[in-house]
Amino acid sequence: MVAMSKIATGNGHGENSPYFDGWKAYETNPFHPTERPEGVIQMGLAENQLCFNLIKNWLIKHPEASLCTPQGVNKFKETALFQDYHGMPEFRQAVAKFMGKVRGDRVKFDPDRIVMSGGATGAHEMVAFCLADPGEAFLVPTPYYPGFDRDLKWRTGVELVPVNCESYNNFKITRNALEAAYVKAQEANLRVKGLLITNPSNPLGTILDRDTLKSMVRFINDKNIHLIGDEIYAATVFMEPEFVSISEIIEEEDVECNRDLIHIVYSLSKDMGFPGFRVGIVYSYNDSVVSCARKMSSFGLVSSQTQHLIASMLSDGEFVDNFITENKELLFKRHKYFTWSLSQVGIGCLKGNSGLFIWMDLRKLLKEKTFAAEMELWRVIINEVKLNVSPGSSFHCEEPGWFRVCFANMDDHTMKVALLRIRTFVLKNNEAMVPLKLCRPSSLKLSLSRSLSRRMESPGIMSPHSPLPQSPLVRART
Amino acid sequence: MVSMSKIATGNGHGENSPYFDGWKAYETNPFHPIDRPDGVIQMGLAENQLCFEFIKKWLMEHPEASLCTAEGVNRFKETALFQDYHGMPEFRQAIAKFMGKVRGDRVKFDPDRIVMSGGATGAHEMVAFCLADPGEALLVPTPYYPGFDRDLRWRTGVELAPVICESSHNFQITRTAMEAAYEKAQEANLKVKGLVITNPSNPLGTIMDRETLKSIVQFINEKNIHLIGDEIYAATVFKDPEFVSISEVIQEVECNHDLIHIVYSLSKDMGFPGFRVGIVYSYNDAVVNCARKMSSYGLVSSQTQHLIATMLNDDDFIHNFIMESKEQLFKRHKYFTWSLSQVGIGSLKSNGGLFIWMDLRKLLKEKTFDAEMDLWRVIINEVKLNVSPGSSFHCHEPGWFRVCFANMDDNTMEVALSRIRSFILKNNESIVPRKLCRRSSLKLSLSRSLSRRMDDFMSPAGIMSPHSPLPQSPLVRART
Repeated sequence: MVAMSKIATGNGHGENSPYFDGWKAYETNPFHPTERPEGVIQMGLAENQLCFNLIKNWLIKHPEASLCTPQGVNKFKETALFQDYHGMPEFRQAVAKFMGKVRGDRVKFDPDRIVMSGGATGAHEMVAFCLADPGEAFLVPTPYYPGFDRDLKWRTGVELVPVNCESYNNFKITRNALEAAYVKAQEANLRVKGLLITNPSNPLGTILDRDTLKSMVRFINDKNIHLIGDEIYAATVFMEPEFVSISEIIEEEDVECNRDLIHIVYSLSKDMGFPGFRVGIVYSYNDSVVSCARKMSSFGLVSSQTQHLIASMLSDGEFVDNFITENKELLFKRHKYFTWSLSQVGIGCLKGNSGLFIWMDLRKLLKEKTFAAEMELWRVIINEVKLNVSPGSSFHCEEPGWFRVCFANMDDHTMKVALLRIRTFVLKNNEAMVPLKLCRPSSLKLSLSRSLSRRMESPGIMSPHSPLPQSPLVRART
Repeated sequence: MVSMSKIATGNGHGENSPYFDGWKAYETNPFHPIDRPDGVIQMGLAENQLCFEFIKKWLMEHPEASLCTAEGVNRFKETALFQDYHGMPEFRQAIAKFMGKVRGDRVKFDPDRIVMSGGATGAHEMVAFCLADPGEALLVPTPYYPGFDRDLRWRTGVELAPVICESSHNFQITRTAMEAAYEKAQEANLKVKGLVITNPSNPLGTIMDRETLKSIVQFINEKNIHLIGDEIYAATVFKDPEFVSISEVIQEVECNHDLIHIVYSLSKDMGFPGFRVGIVYSYNDAVVNCARKMSSYGLVSSQTQHLIATMLNDDDFIHNFIMESKEQLFKRHKYFTWSLSQVGIGSLKSNGGLFIWMDLRKLLKEKTFDAEMDLWRVIINEVKLNVSPGSSFHCHEPGWFRVCFANMDDNTMEVALSRIRSFILKNNESIVPRKLCRRSSLKLSLSRSLSRRMDDFMSPAGIMSPHSPLPQSPLVRART
């Protein structure tokens, strides 16, 4: 037997969790419109596939963006040799410009505060290494991206303490919840070094309002702990209200804050749909953190070939403007159609205006209000409905019955197949749940338009009003 | 005061060392043939700049290697979305093939054992995280690449214990030295988890012979500790003897393959440090598995995977590239070492790497590291060359300097050599054979001594220093 490290032999990589079953089901039988029309449709991967035509058009018109074209090859050598961890100046300028435009130019980002990392995955780990010692903790509001359990903890030894957010107030992050989490950490002898928020939220698809953000900034400032804002979905806000970034809040007059506590994690994986290019960014208002992170970035620099491409692309003001607009539009349309279709069969979701997914409310379909019931329902959805969605418990949601469903990682046809499967499943199993008017397919079209106007108005949770005073729990098949 | 981590506030990043002075001198006044002809010439960066024309030609002939050309753009979307930490199959196949070819196809590499990392920098850190706990140790023969101090230790908490290699043995790694280092670690209560070797060596430019490699494999096997072979300079071996890889030796010697791991990269062999193509190749399934998960922190950009896959799947290209690279390196090395020997400067006899291990012991005021640093500052500030002092590589003996020769064009190299010549002739008349002191007779003497110098290349003795006509070369007082 040869000895490896504890990190290597432990479970910190997070892949032994039951949630990988959905992935395995998908991988053994992935949907394909012609070859495997009964396969599992992937709705568990938050990818943005909607804007590639726009991007391809730009690429063909800009051969200088590549190092391998006659127009670009004279920069091949200097770029291939460029390994300076400061990053290419034009790359940092372009990313800083893009980040500003995504925020409506309401703030300006300083290219010299831009530090590269191995995707947002590398960025989060790097920030944890900079700010916390092994055994210290970050607060993280639930529900949150499961990758944090690995990225922030695995090799760093840092702990995560959840800040519980509840559905009754649409999962808002309250001062009380923050304080309660802080106290709980202290009682467990965990020194809290920071608070990590994801805004826009994964998995909720919502943005934080100004007051909540201010309250958070005050909280971390009071406690003298760091605030790490993951704004990886910033450009996916497709409808009002407008996105408010931490970078804006700290400029406001009524917010007093030590900027040395403020850090933003960013990436092009979600906003642009480039997860393969590993463009992770750490932006810190703290000079020491920038300096330290920059040195650490050696472990995960962005390929200079990719820096060159991104610099060319994002330096093009017109392209950036068009991209941002087009992206929002396509996401808006997709989201609207998707949520409306679900509501037609009585499935509601948290009212969201961003992200690449919806936070679907299937509480009414649970046998009982438990996570075991949630897992059972999930297995039905994977094995019978043949959709890989993500159960709320994988996001550490405190309440069972919620599921994250991605909608931007497929073409229109696949989306329609997915929706049809959902409709079929719901109608087959949950007749009592759907308003009687809608049960008879013949009158479906008429009812749809009538109930549509009613659907669009309800706040927070978009679930149709049931004509029955109580929606009976439906027995999900095991 | 806001609180950061101990890792952040400590010195583990290694940049507070005095060795950065050379870099700073270079950065404030970098040589440029026209704009700054008196600037500092960079000879401290081990880059391979010799094959770019060759590569550019290939690129022009293969537009499909880019995702941004008409021929390649239809793969843009799938590639931009590809974030699987297994890596693109064609990328892994191409790398495995290249690694095999660099070793003369004497071994075959399995694409499924190829794991990506953020350059060799990320690879080393990743391996340390997989194999050792904080406080445990890895043995490293000296002199060694200074980056190891950061890459293997900074965020991992792993310790390094040096295996002392001496010039008397041409810095070869002996069993005795390994045992001594192992024992010393134990006495210091450090649990040794592995041995890290760099072959071909940085900074020496030499390769390990078969016997040494076997002895190393036997040692780690007996101690049941890991062997990490950094073979980042594998394709830079430009003349005989032929490179022998760990991958070959383990076919010949009894050894638990679960202990064997190779770190690789395209930064040196191909001259692509910017592309961050780091590779961990392990014969241990559990390590491959763990490293693969960790690779998420430093995957190779899929855009770059696509380019490299296309390039290295072209057999003709690889074959020609390997040959061209060796040829260019051989020529450059030969001219460089010969020119130095003309002014009485020797170096360790070497056949690989992008640098020479220059012997300036005779120029030291005294046999101390302080004297080495003094001499180094003279070289930076007066000769205006950024070379790397041996102490920065943890060399046990003062007076050695690593000088890179493959990161500049011919003109710059001539300027560098001429500066060295001037410096030596001005300061060290007694060290140079009298024949060469008088400039007017320089050309004649050069050709006469040339034939003698060439013999020196062939000399079996490791250290290539010219025969001095004086029985003793007096120490020269270096200016402070």
